[in-house]
Amino acid sequence: MSPAPIIELEEVTRIYPLPAGDVVALDHVSLSIEEGEFVAIMGPSGSGKTTLLNQIGCLDVPTSGRLRIAGREVGQMTDHELTELRLRKIGYIFQRFNLIPLLTAYENVEYPYLMMHRQNDATGWVAGLLASLGIDEALSAHRPAELSGGQQQRVAIARALVNDPSILICDEPTGNLDSRTGTQIMEILSDLNRRGRTIVIVTHDQTVAEYADRVITIRDGRPS
Amino acid sequence: MRRGSIIFQLAVRNIRLNLLRSLLAALGIVIGVIAIAAMGMMGANMTLMVKDQMSEMGNVLTVTHDAGTDGGGGPGGGPPGMSRASNDDEDDSYITESQFRAIRSAVGSNGTVYTVHSTNDRFSAGTRDGRATVYGLDPDVIPRILNLSDGAYPKGESGALVGASLAERFNLTLGSRLSLGDEDEGTHTIRVVGIVEERGMSFDLSTDMAVILPEKAYTSFYGNEEQYNQVNVILRDIDSADATSTSITERLNAKKRQVRVSDASRMLESITSTIGTMTTFVMAIAGISLLVAAVSIFNVMMMSVTERVREIGIMRSLGTQKTEILKMFLYESAVLGVTGSLIGAAGSFGIGYLVVVSLLGSADHFFEPQSLVYLPLAMLVGTAICILSGLYPSWRAAKLDPIEALRAE
Repeated sequence: MSPAPIIELEEVTRIYPLPAGDVVALDHVSLSIEEGEFVAIMGPSGSGKTTLLNQIGCLDVPTSGRLRIAGREVGQMTDHELTELRLRKIGYIFQRFNLIPLLTAYENVEYPYLMMHRQNDATGWVAGLLASLGIDEALSAHRPAELSGGQQQRVAIARALVNDPSILICDEPTGNLDSRTGTQIMEILSDLNRRGRTIVIVTHDQTVAEYADRVITIRDGRPS
Repeated sequence: MRRGSIIFQLAVRNIRLNLLRSLLAALGIVIGVIAIAAMGMMGANMTLMVKDQMSEMGNVLTVTHDAGTDGGGGPGGGPPGMSRASNDDEDDSYITESQFRAIRSAVGSNGTVYTVHSTNDRFSAGTRDGRATVYGLDPDVIPRILNLSDGAYPKGESGALVGASLAERFNLTLGSRLSLGDEDEGTHTIRVVGIVEERGMSFDLSTDMAVILPEKAYTSFYGNEEQYNQVNVILRDIDSADATSTSITERLNAKKRQVRVSDASRMLESITSTIGTMTTFVMAIAGISLLVAAVSIFNVMMMSVTERVREIGIMRSLGTQKTEILKMFLYESAVLGVTGSLIGAAGSFGIGYLVVVSLLGSADHFFEPQSLVYLPLAMLVGTAICILSGLYPSWRAAKLDPIEALRAE
């Protein structure tokens, strides 16, 4: 028996109503991603990759169709429930790192932990996570602007992992990094996947896609 | 650190990041709080001063002849003057001896009743002429109602007392001679035997610019024996004012309206209520500065939200609820409000003191609770206005779409 799909899309359509006419960003997309899978989504600009990622990442809901994340129907969720789902089940890694500039590296990682647990980490989990990604205590005390791109992305990965999510969503995670650092980051993600984490990655980069078990190519809002 | 605490930290750090801008916005609140608190304190001090000056006569009722409407009718008894004819055959501006006795019996043991003769007359002192109120009082009563700053109370008919302001203005000292009246109609020379302490604004007797004669000396010159301009009642207990007043009016005005009873505490109420209205009005004008400050805070908060759209997107994508975003910006405006209000309150303390001293000439009541209460009050208003100004920007921040926000540069 194959593992249950952790992400399931059935005829998902996302239409953006614009004054010049409706834009169909996703057109009746059906796909499923199983737990522990490493999936790369590829496609030209404007093909709907990011829209698909936003749906899977519960930042957006379909205009029509059904989307299930970790067995839960997303389409009917309130904003509060969607936010709670993001907090508990999904970790984000962005191309531009997206760390909160006013917080130190440590605080950035601790932030989702505080949101979920309502109190700070007394177990050393946050510091351990940072250390495992090569960010020592001294670096942890720096603000994002004082860190290199690679260091920032490591902090972002630590932040994505801090609440132990089932799914890691990565939007061009190596896009702003040099190739050596990019390879290091991909090795980290690959390692996380080997340890059972489901990873969905959007990329233009073929070498990044090679880390994936499966590549979904999107064209004009549909998998091709 | 707890969840709320990191949200608060973010608000504080953003203020620190834009310190100058935040300080300038808070400055408006500082000025507004100072303006409101200083004006409020001035009004409170004015009220307290008036109360202080009038409190000594708070236990006094004055009874004067009422030449108005027919009695027994109470309110709505017809317009004044309509029934004048009925009073024409009487001495309609005086209280008679029999009325005085009736008043005394109505008051009973509730207080001391004394008669007051008064007129306004010319006088000359040395080479200087002037006008003054002349009172004729029972010499036995004088020591009980007036304090002297110099000299002694008049004995018999010989001496007179003069008010402090009159003595100062006309250089009257003990032993000075005053001629009352004018030469055409005859004069009456008296000798100053005592100076009455300054009493300020007064309800029963205004002695500061007055000459006080023993009753017999007064009536021998001005006549009007057993006809009094006024009867005063010094109450033993201020709480019996209403009952005594009712008792007098019931006794004398039952059939025909003869007297009017005035209660000093009512007058005090009316004065303090007028000062209260003025203070509210002046505070409202001062409040305009807070309104300007509110616009400034609103502007700063809108800028803060616009600058942090991307950050809001990040926070939302990480699982931050809308309410937390709302709180973050409300904390920011509240911190600006509390800081501005605290500085404003400290400033109000100094500036309020200066305003009170310079406008009222005394800060005797500055530290009383009725005056100092305007500090927390103005702080509360300042902080509340700040939070209100932050409401809309915070709401806008909270309702941002996470995807749109993440796309922001």
